[in-house]
Amino acid sequence: MSTHSIHSEQIESETGKLGMWIFLLTELFLFGGLFLVYAVFRAQYSEAFHAGAEELNAFIGTLNTVFLLVSSMTVAMAITAIQKDKKNLAIFLILVTLILAGLFMMNKYFEWSHKFEFKLYPGSEVLKNLPRGELLFFGLYFMMTGLHAIHVLIGMTLLAINIFKIKNGEVSSKHYLHLENTGLYWHLVDLIWIFLFPLLYLIT
Amino acid sequence: MSNSETGTHVSYLEHEGKYKGLLGWLLTTDHKKIGLLYLYCIIVFFFVAAILGILMRVELIAPGQTIMGAQTYNGMFTIHGIIMIFVIVIPALPAIFGNFFLPIMIGAKDVAFPKLNLFSFYLFLIGAIFGVLSQFIGGGAPDTGWTFYVPYSSQSSTNVIYALIAAFILGFSSILTGLNFIVTMHRMRAPGMGWFRMPLFPWSLYATAWIQVLATPIVGITLLMVIAERVLKIGFFDPALGGDPVLFQHLFWIYSHPAVYIMILPGMGIVTEIFPTFSQKPIFGYTAILFSSLAIAFVGYFVWGHHMYTAGISTGSRWFFSFLTFLVAVPSAIKVFNWVSTLYGGSIEMRPPLLYAISFIFLFMIGGFTGLTLGSVATDIQVHDTAFVVAHFHYIIFGGMGFAFFAGMHYWFPKIFGRMYNDKLAYIGWGFLFTGFNVLYFPQFIIGLQGMPRRYFDYLPQFQTGQVISTIGGFILFTGLIIMVGNLVYHAKRGAIAPANPWKGVTLEWQIPSPPSHENFDEIPEINHAPYFFGNTSENK
Amino acid sequence: MKNGDTHISSFTSHAIVLIVLLALTFLSVSVTGYQLGAFSVTIALAIASVKVATVILNFMHVKHESLFIKLMISGVFILYALVIIITFIDYQLR
Repeated sequence: MSTHSIHSEQIESETGKLGMWIFLLTELFLFGGLFLVYAVFRAQYSEAFHAGAEELNAFIGTLNTVFLLVSSMTVAMAITAIQKDKKNLAIFLILVTLILAGLFMMNKYFEWSHKFEFKLYPGSEVLKNLPRGELLFFGLYFMMTGLHAIHVLIGMTLLAINIFKIKNGEVSSKHYLHLENTGLYWHLVDLIWIFLFPLLYLIT
Repeated sequence: MSNSETGTHVSYLEHEGKYKGLLGWLLTTDHKKIGLLYLYCIIVFFFVAAILGILMRVELIAPGQTIMGAQTYNGMFTIHGIIMIFVIVIPALPAIFGNFFLPIMIGAKDVAFPKLNLFSFYLFLIGAIFGVLSQFIGGGAPDTGWTFYVPYSSQSSTNVIYALIAAFILGFSSILTGLNFIVTMHRMRAPGMGWFRMPLFPWSLYATAWIQVLATPIVGITLLMVIAERVLKIGFFDPALGGDPVLFQHLFWIYSHPAVYIMILPGMGIVTEIFPTFSQKPIFGYTAILFSSLAIAFVGYFVWGHHMYTAGISTGSRWFFSFLTFLVAVPSAIKVFNWVSTLYGGSIEMRPPLLYAISFIFLFMIGGFTGLTLGSVATDIQVHDTAFVVAHFHYIIFGGMGFAFFAGMHYWFPKIFGRMYNDKLAYIGWGFLFTGFNVLYFPQFIIGLQGMPRRYFDYLPQFQTGQVISTIGGFILFTGLIIMVGNLVYHAKRGAIAPANPWKGVTLEWQIPSPPSHENFDEIPEINHAPYFFGNTSENK
Repeated sequence: MKNGDTHISSFTSHAIVLIVLLALTFLSVSVTGYQLGAFSVTIALAIASVKVATVILNFMHVKHESLFIKLMISGVFILYALVIIITFIDYQLR
């Protein structure tokens, strides 16, 4: 009886994970469309893209990369913790992840408002008068980081839900598919940023 | 399973779950009921779009303005296209027959994620309603055509945004259906059913599902970019904002060409089920059909550029896309060869499903050969954006996917509703449909070659003969639709009780009672032979 | 996909992976300082790809997943690369 239920638990978890992976691949292709547009314009206007990237603060970008990488680790550790039945440690690690994600969003907010102060926002007169390549660069910058930020917010919500699920026992050392899938989603957010960071902040 | 005809059998239609009555339908997670919900919605939307189509045919009966102005006509062909493509043709076969029969044919009790399945139905419904609404509210019906080509779509003052949102939501629904099917086929096949014992309709859905999952996000982001361009003035595609309109066409067709295979592959899967059953003979070349489905899905992913020969793409890439387009014709031809070979030497029983399936081959081949005309660069430049393209497209989509849909409907009707339809009425309906279809669309090839452009509400007098014949065909076709749908709707409740296996089929759905019970199988079957196993002749293994 | 064979990664291994990722990030930032022309994008993307592979294999546990999941993920990246290449057949040959 008990072996049977563990067996079906295993099957359910494999099924859920496969579904999540396929969903993540569709997310990758969603961003893939943007990266394709980026690649085409970058090949055509490489000088202007360089000039645009100079306007972005590479330090903030690097800092945000570090935040996301560390948060990826804490989520992965949270899964290890729940597998070892250390509930409080898992909750603590998820909270750390949430704080790091909050810091990331805060940085992003300051970065964007800094741009807005200089009237660099989609549709502004300043932006319209920039050379064509830089106009495209900033359009892509806002679209890509904006869409990424939405994903960060979704990921944060999912993580917060997991804290409650751990507390009321729905997520436990025997049944942690929900946390695993949230973790996978959070790593995806990280993956996309790993590509966004050099392409937007570092190109020379 | 033969004892299931006893009194204890409760069909899924009468099964009562947590909720009763209408709520029991609206909140169901039973894959069969969800399939029927899709069916009913799709029939309603189909008639909306078909009426728009027939109104356009009436407008084209004479040169100049006949019953509507140019702007109304533009709105009509756009909404006709959006509803037909995104609400009907792309979802119909996977969502109706896939939902209903995929789990049964692989011996499962439901799909892998039943709640997600219901969720994607509601996404579908919301998207479809957005699509219809865009016709009626605010700034007027969108007039960009279903392809939303930039720069016009980012400048037109009509309801383009509603249509874009509709397509985006419908795409999301399609992704979730595809995801669900892939996981279902990976994880839920009955014991003993290895990959190569899976029937070919599920196989075609498998190939389709991968395209749904991997191509749809690209159009999703493209539509979002057009929305961002319109609302936030971020330049991607509109030259006025610094963008590149040809890039839009690339991104749009990266999805929308594979989408054509989303439309046709499940249709091919349905007729692949019908031919062995009605010739009482295993399918000829099981492996060849299976791999040709996968090959179509794979190669079909890389041929999008053949929609753009006249858009100013490079000569080198025109050569490349043309070559790949010819390549993708090979697996389609393999399938046709195998279907015909299946019939050869079989004990053929001509019933309505087989008749529709054979019409499918005929119409699909006309569509396919004219597709080669369009796939080669030189001839395409001549006929690009003419009625020739309209004819080709309808031969593939209506003649192919549409007739496969009708074939599937007549084939599985007894299983779905547990009743038989009237064969004679089915033949009459088929006669009207087949005649009407050819009378409607064949003249379009001719006037297209002569230079009649597509999407024009007016034309030069020399095209009138063709247009009048087409319009007559349109009415014949519409009559056929009413006869066919009337026959099916009437007999769904009042027809003679259907036996469990009226066609002597051998796949799993025919081994359970009609209509199936809530859980499909009392006991999960054990599979120990190939899928098309008609007794012990030497051809079976 | 063997039953009951759930692999539990240790805290230390996660920490090591993070150190590798951070090192790669700083490598990527410092390489930007040199004027490498066209190579700078190639190098930046190469480093990013190594980082992505590290995350997928370790944090996302793909190392311990079934062969199918491994094939699926690598297949999708190849598919995407083909899409980019084919689009560039147009843009580079104009």
